[in-house]
Amino acid sequence: MKTAAAAIADNPWLAQRARIARVTPEVPGVATYHLRLVDAQRHAQYAFQPGQFNMLYLPGVGEVAISLSAGAEQQGTWDHTIRAAGSVTRALAQLPVGAELGLRGPYGAGWPLTECAGRDVIVVAGGLGLAPLRPAIHALLAEPKRWGRIHLLLGARTADSLLYPGERSAWERSGLAAQTTVDRATPDWTGNVGVVPLLVDRLAGFDPARAIMFICGPEVMMRYTIRSALKRGIAAERIWLSLERNMQCAVGLCGHCQFGPAFICQDGPVLRSDRIAPFLDVEGL
Amino acid sequence: MAACPRLAVFKFASCDGCQLSLLSLEDELLTVADRLDIVYFLEATSRVEPGPYDIALVEGSITTPDDLARIEQVRRDAKYLVTIGACATAGGIQALRNWGDSAEFLRAVYATPSYIESLATSTPISAHVRVDFELRGCPIDKYQLLEVLQALLAGRRPRLPAHSVCLDCKRRGTVCVVVAQGVPCLGPVTHAGCGAICPSYDRGCYGCYGPCAQPNLASLTAQLGANGATPRETIVQLRSSFNGYAAEIRAESDRLELPPPGGAPHG
Amino acid sequence: MPPADSAASSRLPPQLLAKEDLQALLDALRRAGYRVVGPRLSQGAIVIDELTDIAELPRGWTDEQVAGQYRLQRRPDEAYFGYNVGPHSWKQFLFPPQATVAAAERTAEGWELRTVDDQQPPYAFLGARACDLAAIAVQDRTFIHAQYADPIYRRRRAEAFIVAVDCGQAASTCFCASMNTGPACRQGFDLLLTELAGAFLFEVGTPRGAALAAGLPLRPADEAALAEAAAVRQQAVAQVSKQLDTTDIRQVLLGSLEHPRWSQVAERCLSCTNCTMVCPTCFCSSVREVGDLSGEHVERQREWDSCFNVDFSYLSGGIVRNQIRARYRQWLTHKLASWIDQFDVSGCVGCGRCITWCPVGIDLTEEVAAIREEPA
Repeated sequence: MKTAAAAIADNPWLAQRARIARVTPEVPGVATYHLRLVDAQRHAQYAFQPGQFNMLYLPGVGEVAISLSAGAEQQGTWDHTIRAAGSVTRALAQLPVGAELGLRGPYGAGWPLTECAGRDVIVVAGGLGLAPLRPAIHALLAEPKRWGRIHLLLGARTADSLLYPGERSAWERSGLAAQTTVDRATPDWTGNVGVVPLLVDRLAGFDPARAIMFICGPEVMMRYTIRSALKRGIAAERIWLSLERNMQCAVGLCGHCQFGPAFICQDGPVLRSDRIAPFLDVEGL
Repeated sequence: MAACPRLAVFKFASCDGCQLSLLSLEDELLTVADRLDIVYFLEATSRVEPGPYDIALVEGSITTPDDLARIEQVRRDAKYLVTIGACATAGGIQALRNWGDSAEFLRAVYATPSYIESLATSTPISAHVRVDFELRGCPIDKYQLLEVLQALLAGRRPRLPAHSVCLDCKRRGTVCVVVAQGVPCLGPVTHAGCGAICPSYDRGCYGCYGPCAQPNLASLTAQLGANGATPRETIVQLRSSFNGYAAEIRAESDRLELPPPGGAPHG
Repeated sequence: MPPADSAASSRLPPQLLAKEDLQALLDALRRAGYRVVGPRLSQGAIVIDELTDIAELPRGWTDEQVAGQYRLQRRPDEAYFGYNVGPHSWKQFLFPPQATVAAAERTAEGWELRTVDDQQPPYAFLGARACDLAAIAVQDRTFIHAQYADPIYRRRRAEAFIVAVDCGQAASTCFCASMNTGPACRQGFDLLLTELAGAFLFEVGTPRGAALAAGLPLRPADEAALAEAAAVRQQAVAQVSKQLDTTDIRQVLLGSLEHPRWSQVAERCLSCTNCTMVCPTCFCSSVREVGDLSGEHVERQREWDSCFNVDFSYLSGGIVRNQIRARYRQWLTHKLASWIDQFDVSGCVGCGRCITWCPVGIDLTEEVAAIREEPA
């Protein structure tokens, strides 16, 4: 009898059964699905790097690539924060707690946490982009002595779409310095208004020479964030971003997720900015 | 369990061939009937129930003043409106009248033209009401229809490829008739769906499924016409078909200033 | 199993197989349990299909190929392999156009998720050319020698028996010499034939090939036969006329992503996918859910797809490559440049299929030359 890992290595199309243990509504249109692998042993043995993703599978509907937004050390489940946008995620949003789905993963390259040792870490997120960064924040806050200061710069369209509000307060109590900004202010909003790169332009309390930056958000936001970061003196090789492309196989076999020389599914989704700099500004690549 | 979704099938100017696809789903029809309540389908049953309907399949184009009123009502009654076939999605072969003088056609065909109430044009359903999904083809493919129904039952978007016929030729191993035999073929600009039947019988595709996504008609007609390889009449014929009034094909016709179908060729 | 290796040192001395004994080779392969596929006439072209009798080979036929056109012609002789590559490639047997990769069944306990085993009996390829062998080696890197292997390709490839044939001529679309893949077969075959006027020069590339050869009526090749074979190969070398300058090609193309030539070629390109479908190394695919109406049984079907399809780069935010210009650029730069980053080899083997089978005759060597000529 093959072990589970060997069977998956043998055939990358093999999905594992997972069950929705809980659903936490986040911001409008977005919810976190707390998943438990049906096989208890596999659930316990599952492990991932912050920034990696799973292929979630609804039989008859299809698969979708979703980054893990928290590991089992948080709430005992493997969590995915998802916006109901495409056909799979919309169908997922209809599923009740206890429903089953398939899961393949984890795949891809995650955030380079080891590179953060002794450095100020600036986490920059736009909208739902905070989800793939959340496990990295959890890992950073779990060992605060290993790094310098930790900043979170978070932007969203409106105040009510700023992700994980309650948890962000807890992060701040643990020493993370958070700033938020919105594109459109409502009358009760007293914070920053404007795009995220403006927060990078104004950021104080970090040493550019020893800072590292993780970015995830809409591609245009990431492009401008990189520009701002470079202007602030952060070296391109210490700016990392998570990219999104159409994903079908997640294991480098189907060709969908090409981005210049990179396969987003294997070389990414987290990529070092200098390695893809020539391609990031090219329209329609 | 909640009641089955209510399905209605409507016909406008058309030959009925597309709605018959539903009946020709022989093996699957019973399952379809189990999961959908077919409450209006004149071709199959005299049972006629008023709206609202969950799914309306609409065949045919709009050619009469009565059609205009009726399609509005269908739209009001239908939660999800799917147009089926080239008539409903592009105006059909009868849209060739759009290039001619419809009054003259009426005089030529009917003994008493004044009895006929007809519009000057044949237009697709989407020219009049919002359409939720278009199923292409002349006639439609029954398995594509099944996919649409399955998708609606599962609460997802239908998955139907928008690629060219060429891809399907290659998947089934058919040799390109353009390259190997010099046969004029609309495959490179035609929407997949038929399974690439004609080229597998050494015939060129004549575009039953209408233009594919982002078709490059100008390049294809230039290639067909290069060195007189394909006579202009053939290009006109290829254009003057069930999908001739589809926006992309119409635009290319206008660009080439092709003579109206039935009219005298240039030069 | 490693790909068939054929270091010259381990090769047996060349032998001769009489023309009529080609049937003995075919029979031996079939007896060994292989489904033999090779060149056959169909639909006005030389395709690859199942062979049971050497009479099915396109003996006495050849092909004339230029950009956008392919025509069969009679040969003045009765050669069995007197033509170049056609619209098919061996890709369709190792990486089938349609395959079921997984299935799901709803049970009382929930979804039963499983993979589906490939049932295809082993193939023997009769008549693979040097560029074909190179293409298989390129796809090996994608489907086997990567972090994850494709189970269907891996199994079929390990089992496939390859009888290669050296080219004695070149089409106007061939540019294997530029890609350093041919015209002579150097490795990657179990057996190699070179067609002479009266016999085949017969060479063994692997122990598996030697085992099969043991039962065949072979005789030693004399000097005259060796000289004739060298002349046949030289004739192909001399006929390769098309060239692709590969000097710094990665930098040239990736440094020209905004070159005006992309817009010019997009005016001609139909984005019809033909080039990618006939390409023996293109590996893009999509997976489709195929379920019954009950929703209880679902199959995941993988199908050949193409970077020329509009939907191929679909994201919830929109289509990434939403213009023909962007799609042609993606194909060409991937094939000739970023493939090198990914697989340490060019994605192009110089077979010329994409040139011949483009309905509007776009020639990638001309596109590269134009980009080289006027750096953006």
